[in-house]
Amino acid sequence: MTGVSVAGVETERRAPAPAPAPRGRRNRRKRDNQGRLAFWLLLPAAVAVFGVIVYPILRTLLISFFEVNSALATDTPFVGLQNYVQILTAPGFWSAMGRTLYFTLVSTALELVFGLIVAGLLNAKLRARWLFRAVVIIPWAIPTIVNAAMWKGIFSAQYGALNAALTQLGIIDQYQAWLGDPTLALNMVIIADVWKTTPLVAFFLLAGLTSIPDELYEAAKIDRAGWPRIFRSIVLPMLVPSISIVLVLRTVEAFKVFDIIYAMTRGGPVNGTQTVAYYAYTTAFSDQNFGVGAALSYIIVLVILVLTFVYLRMLRRSEMSLL
Amino acid sequence: MRITSTGRHRTIAGLALAATAALALSACSVTGAGGSSGSEGDGTGTINALFMKQAGYSESDINTMIKDFEAKNPKITVKPTFVAYEALHDKIVTSAPAGTYDIVYSDVIWPAEFASKGIITDVTKRFPESWKKDMLGGALTSAEYKGKYYGVPWGPSTKLFFYNKDMLAKVGATADDVKTWDGVLAVAKKLKDAGVVQYPLAWSWAQAEALICDYAVMLGAYGGQFTDSSGKLDINKGAGVQALEFMKKSIDDGLTDPASTTFLEDDTDKSMAAGKTAMELNWESTFRDQNDPSISKVVGQIAVTTPPAGPTGDNPGVNGSMALAIGAKSKHQAAAWKFIEYLTSEAVQDKYVKSSMTNWKASYTKPEITQSNPEVFAAAGKTYDSMILRPPVANYNTVSQALQVEIQNALLGKKSPQQALDDAVKTANESLG
Repeated sequence: MTGVSVAGVETERRAPAPAPAPRGRRNRRKRDNQGRLAFWLLLPAAVAVFGVIVYPILRTLLISFFEVNSALATDTPFVGLQNYVQILTAPGFWSAMGRTLYFTLVSTALELVFGLIVAGLLNAKLRARWLFRAVVIIPWAIPTIVNAAMWKGIFSAQYGALNAALTQLGIIDQYQAWLGDPTLALNMVIIADVWKTTPLVAFFLLAGLTSIPDELYEAAKIDRAGWPRIFRSIVLPMLVPSISIVLVLRTVEAFKVFDIIYAMTRGGPVNGTQTVAYYAYTTAFSDQNFGVGAALSYIIVLVILVLTFVYLRMLRRSEMSLL
Repeated sequence: MRITSTGRHRTIAGLALAATAALALSACSVTGAGGSSGSEGDGTGTINALFMKQAGYSESDINTMIKDFEAKNPKITVKPTFVAYEALHDKIVTSAPAGTYDIVYSDVIWPAEFASKGIITDVTKRFPESWKKDMLGGALTSAEYKGKYYGVPWGPSTKLFFYNKDMLAKVGATADDVKTWDGVLAVAKKLKDAGVVQYPLAWSWAQAEALICDYAVMLGAYGGQFTDSSGKLDINKGAGVQALEFMKKSIDDGLTDPASTTFLEDDTDKSMAAGKTAMELNWESTFRDQNDPSISKVVGQIAVTTPPAGPTGDNPGVNGSMALAIGAKSKHQAAAWKFIEYLTSEAVQDKYVKSSMTNWKASYTKPEITQSNPEVFAAAGKTYDSMILRPPVANYNTVSQALQVEIQNALLGKKSPQQALDDAVKTANESLG
């Protein structure tokens, strides 16, 4: 329920420029016919968009103002903004928010750093570069739920590969329950998420890297710039558009993280991995508190909108940004 | 439809208007519920049933039952869906408005919630009077709420105590040594000191209902109850605190696998089957799994008994019975009832008694039935006589969540057991209103 694309339905279409006067009438009829055709062609898409995006969004908004404590409730008193007040005063919400922010910041930062390194490597002129590029994309191609199950196995306290590797290397002397401590578990989930999503970030950045013309590097070399300087003055500024896109995309995605949590830890231990989206899920579907759950999902949307807005404003200041 | 600036605004306004109209038309409430309701149906057709893929009857057991039922009732087709226990509750809730499932498998802790919220139907009228005395009382609670029946019990269930005879024999311990929890700890210490196994005990202490089930057994062993006479949670004194202190101590002493706080029942089951755990609490069907050579390394080594006794001599099991209920929006309620009658019948339950115990008191005196699974019958039969019930309240999930978090806080050493339970009781009782 991000609802970012509500009004995007028909904005791309513009009326054609007015035709010259003499043949205006015929053209207008033709244009009307075309318009009608376009209307019918767009109708299925409009219905779908209305049905699966606009309608649920409005319905959720409506529900967030009522007290709804059953999936089949018929008696639903109007409570105004009380659901929102209840959430904003609940300590559980703020701690979930804190964990979500931590998850978002750390995972996005790590993905950017690793993504940049991987993109740099994939951009190098290697033999069988296509092979490396294909291999790197595999984690991204794995469904999140499978990824989560896989990492749960790797982190297993009894037969996990991580425990086996670390004990055999002599780094730890006995098996650890990696998902057994709240803070540690959150970091472990972040690792699983970073492993899966770094390829996506890398490919966005790779696209940016390939578009940097060789002449710039050559010119810089003639000016006797070293690699750190080239990176700072050429690569990074030229990459700003790619970085900005990937940053917005990943922040939004990370903020509403749910599936990997559901499959790996179910929010435990001690709610240590309960993110705000998982909190909303439990509130709505496990506690059957749909009004509060709906309000929560709107709060998530608002936070994401604010984050995106701030990002775009920050990046727009940069001259190279395309956004 | 030419889009100009004002036109676009009009379009958006139109969409908003249409949405409001759709809301108004679709139902009398904001949820859209109440539009259509369930019906009897003509006793034929396809019925969808939601089952659990975990302890108790296995997927292949149920598929065979369905085949047999369809052979006897050619006009009814049954489509089963299997989900993990952890997903079952939410699946029942989210599918309720659409009426996806005619039959849902409901846990003993849910009748209050599902019945009061109209998610499952009242079947009191269909429920024969004789069943009330022919079925075990503990099983009946899984279908009962405020004197009415909302389903038919399908297997009483409780956590029993399992131990590895061969491992115990290595330190000279026998069944008599693990009859009390103090005895269990003493044996565990010997096992650890002798290096038989690193962590003799494993529990299902993940942040899940499983944790509450284990805690319930310990609470019962110390002679406690979840609630006081007014229905308020009352575990932050006496038995409630002692039970948690026992659990915490078993971790501190290195006798309980610290990974237990990430385990569900399935994980402890596997840990014992892999020979990494000497003793555990788990559901009846664990015995079947431990003796299945395809998944177990300890075939024939496991013994099962009633849970050990606490200092008061009490050893109740946790009531984990489940029931088959009819979804409120089912359009095939007659056919669904027919299928439920078949599944819960004495003959069918007797046939699959290795997977799940039976509701029927009579079965426990039939030698040919008890002989087919003698160890579990001996242990479970006794345990069913006294079972501890988790609080039967409509918002049980909220209460349970609060308990899970605080008990884990104590187990992980973030709070003292007393502090954790004080906080749990406070949060839970606030939600009980």
